[in-house]
Amino acid sequence: MVINKMELLPLYLSAKLAIIATLILIAIAAPLAYFLTHSYWPGKSFVEALFNLPIALPPTVIGFYLLFLMGPKGLVGKAWENLFGGPLLFTFSGIVIASIFYSLPFAVQPIKASFEKIDPRLKENAYVLGLSPIATFFRVIIPNSINGVAAAAILVFLHTMGAFGVVLMVGGSIAGETRVASIAIYEAVESMQYEKAWALSLAFIPISYAFLLLVNRLTRKK
Amino acid sequence: MGLTAVLKKKTNFFTIDVELSCADGQTLALIGPSGSGKTTIIRMLAGLVKPDEGYIRYRDAILFDSARGIHLSPQKRKLGYVFQDYTLFPHLTIYGNAAFAAEDRGEVDSLLCFFGLTALRERKPHEVSGGERQRCAVCQALARNPQFLLLDEPFSALDVVTRRILRNELKMITEKRTFPVVYVTHDVTEALFIGNTVLPIVDGTVDREWMDRIVAPSDEGAVRKRAARVPKLALTY
Repeated sequence: MVINKMELLPLYLSAKLAIIATLILIAIAAPLAYFLTHSYWPGKSFVEALFNLPIALPPTVIGFYLLFLMGPKGLVGKAWENLFGGPLLFTFSGIVIASIFYSLPFAVQPIKASFEKIDPRLKENAYVLGLSPIATFFRVIIPNSINGVAAAAILVFLHTMGAFGVVLMVGGSIAGETRVASIAIYEAVESMQYEKAWALSLAFIPISYAFLLLVNRLTRKK
Repeated sequence: MGLTAVLKKKTNFFTIDVELSCADGQTLALIGPSGSGKTTIIRMLAGLVKPDEGYIRYRDAILFDSARGIHLSPQKRKLGYVFQDYTLFPHLTIYGNAAFAAEDRGEVDSLLCFFGLTALRERKPHEVSGGERQRCAVCQALARNPQFLLLDEPFSALDVVTRRILRNELKMITEKRTFPVVYVTHDVTEALFIGNTVLPIVDGTVDREWMDRIVAPSDEGAVRKRAARVPKLALTY
């Protein structure tokens, strides 16, 4: 089996995409989950269901909508062009943003679940002791749900590593830019390069397995 | 002077309508059956629940005034609050908890010493007993140097012997302070022991005859009227 640098490129791209998307996602999802856990307003369940849509929709459908949203006439695509002067579709930045939309509920849900496990009186005690809601978030909520947040990060990482439909729709398959491992495997099989498909697929097994063990350990009851 | 409050709040079962005051250096014990609104009253004093009407004043400061639209957040009331149980921060040690909002770290050490917690200062809350956790919760509240202290059945989850020791310790330490203390309990003896004033609350309002009814076994009719809500009272301790 010959493995050269070009063949490892999709794996590297997948890992880079997953790491960047996960970091941004956790930074967005943790405050969002905190807000959703501790606020009550009319229409909350409707907004929450909207955030959760990517769980229920087929990835190609999400990808299709994102294609328009992120295109030169779309809301996100236009804003991106105004800010950075370049298109968003078929670029690495584009698939990062698409992955964030796609994986957001997969990050918010487990983080929210771990926030909900915290006794609400801890928050009240922190308030009574003079801590602002933001200070409470960093000094009380996060330290007491750090395992849940880490587990969520790993699940989102794996989810993004495996993203196919959304990435293909928004990013296409540009070598070194948007051709991530899952797309490269598909294309290898399509062109009957089974050896290449084997090598790339095999690389996923130990990574996924090790991370799942870690999630199990993190979420185990003390 | 001290803490004065007039509070009105509609709840699901009745309307809370009380007037209370507690002078500096005094302890006011709120007593009544479970579900009589005591906890809601103390939560209103803390700012965790907003009253519908009324006011809360401490010395010259207005903490709440419905007529003037003033409602200070719990953060701004600078108070000490001891909950029933399990409100120490699980990720911090006993020392970390006691010093969480402390103004003076030296004070934390002397408080821990007074409550006999010095040897346990590096332990986590789940590694000490329930009595030690509540002692630490009192340290946490006092170390903040609060303007007034609120205690919501702080020892009711403990066994009777530990409870008696803790309320002695609490009485000793609060007698040295000059702030008002509001103490919620459903235990008559505890209320009489701790409080300079005892205020019985039944169904959200002050019911001064409640104490007499509860300790007079012959007057069965009056007790039975509210029998569903009257808990067994530990009169031996």
